[in-house]
Amino acid sequence: MAQWTATAALPQPRPFDPRAVRQQFPIFRARREPPLVYLDSAATSQKPDAVLEAMNEYYSLYNANIHRGIYRIAEQATAAYEDARAHLARFLNAGSPREVIFTRNSTEALNLIAYSWGRANLRAGDAILLTEMEHHSNLVPWQILAAERQVELRFIPMTPEGELDLEPLPRLLGDGRVKLVSVVHVSNVLGTVNPVAEIVSAARAAGAVVVVDASQSVPHLPVDVRALGCDFLACTGHKMLGPTGIGALWGRRELLEAMPPFLGGGEMIREVKLTESKWNELPWKFEAGTMAIAEAVGLGAALLYLEGLGMDAVFAHDRELAAYALGRLREVPDLRLLGPPLERRGGVIAFELGDIHPHDVATVLDSHGVAVRAGHHCAMPLHRKLGVVASVRASFHCYSVPEEVDALVEGLHHARSVFG
Amino acid sequence: MGGWNELYRENILDHYKHPRNRGTLEQPDITYEDANPLCGDELRMELRVKDGRIEQVRWTGHGCSISQAAASMLSERIEGRTLDEVKQLSRDDMLEMLGIELGPVRLKCALLALKTLKAGVYGITQWPGEEEEEGGS
Repeated sequence: MAQWTATAALPQPRPFDPRAVRQQFPIFRARREPPLVYLDSAATSQKPDAVLEAMNEYYSLYNANIHRGIYRIAEQATAAYEDARAHLARFLNAGSPREVIFTRNSTEALNLIAYSWGRANLRAGDAILLTEMEHHSNLVPWQILAAERQVELRFIPMTPEGELDLEPLPRLLGDGRVKLVSVVHVSNVLGTVNPVAEIVSAARAAGAVVVVDASQSVPHLPVDVRALGCDFLACTGHKMLGPTGIGALWGRRELLEAMPPFLGGGEMIREVKLTESKWNELPWKFEAGTMAIAEAVGLGAALLYLEGLGMDAVFAHDRELAAYALGRLREVPDLRLLGPPLERRGGVIAFELGDIHPHDVATVLDSHGVAVRAGHHCAMPLHRKLGVVASVRASFHCYSVPEEVDALVEGLHHARSVFG
Repeated sequence: MGGWNELYRENILDHYKHPRNRGTLEQPDITYEDANPLCGDELRMELRVKDGRIEQVRWTGHGCSISQAAASMLSERIEGRTLDEVKQLSRDDMLEMLGIELGPVRLKCALLALKTLKAGVYGITQWPGEEEEEGGS
């Protein structure tokens, strides 16, 4: 039945042809003038036919609620939903599908940890260690928890080049009060690929539980939770060619088993009496109410698609394009690149263009059909640390092509002429 | 569509590149600062008021062309007007001065100057156009 239940497709010969890939995305086939130059994949990726078809197939052929119906299409829907979970578990090299909990997105996954693990395990006087590079989604849940539990927040500093400074790490972990470390794998603004394994080993040695915000890494490079050595990992479907509304939390089984539920409701219980209930087993303990079934099915199709390309090949493509873009952007007068050298970044490039406000830059680019992000990209502390109010960000995925970089550069020259 | 050529009409670029009334006053009667942290637009307005009439306006700030041009245009519009007239200025008046259609994100850029002015003069801190909704039942 479900095409995504097939054994994981072997990677095709590499590298793939991004132009051929692009043709499998309906948004790029649609005719428009000027043509769409999509350089905002770090915000959300575009979706290939395979994903849309899988979701449509679910709604058209076997739409039913999961885990309940004693009839054929309900069983089919349940199988498809659980297949997607198993697929994601394999994709992340998790020990078991039971360790993969579906959420709406990374933000919800991080909040789940903060509410469930955090409230059960943190006491006044404990500390949480974050970094100055985090997306707001990996700051705010911890701020709420810290205020509620009188927990101290500490931060691994970021250098002016946009890399984590690990030199103070022994001191930050030294007093044994840090119970949880949460760190972003790849920066959504600067594309910095952080040395997560190194942080994980230092943090675990200090007795802390480690969370990795993998929102920008899982969609773009091979991520192996066992190789990383972390305890929890959050990722989101819509940045990895899948639909919005589906994300996941991976966690070590023994930690998840010991955690109280996050949301209460149907499906997360084994037995309900009027005044008390027994919780369901993993992973359903954390999946209250009807989940995003079509979206899970779509995510499964996205994983299959990415496996077809090969995650190594996707990352190589991102970086090749980043190298080309860095070279071309250096041609633009007054353009100031933010972030680390190419060796330590993925397919994300943020910059400033002279004194021209990023919103003005983005508006001129829009008239060229070029879609970029302008603002603080949900990372205000990062921008403050770099001493900039806002930036323009271009980001790539497997369907991005060098001609899009050329259109960006042309648009930037135009912006200079308008505001110069 | 709202491409650059529509958005950045000549008069907006003119006000942006050659801002009117930009600067500070020695002894302002009213000073107010506001910001739009989402885009980093910042604005400070200073007024000298005599007998309920605005004698002089100066402003400083930084941000996108729309926010800065709006401050420049608004400063020209209110000089010599009474505080009562200022109170009457609406979101639509501001958009009419700019002469453009704006999406929701950049609407805040356009209205920051008027918001700052009204907050300084009347302590109205809501976004122009949203006072009714927030103040209502």
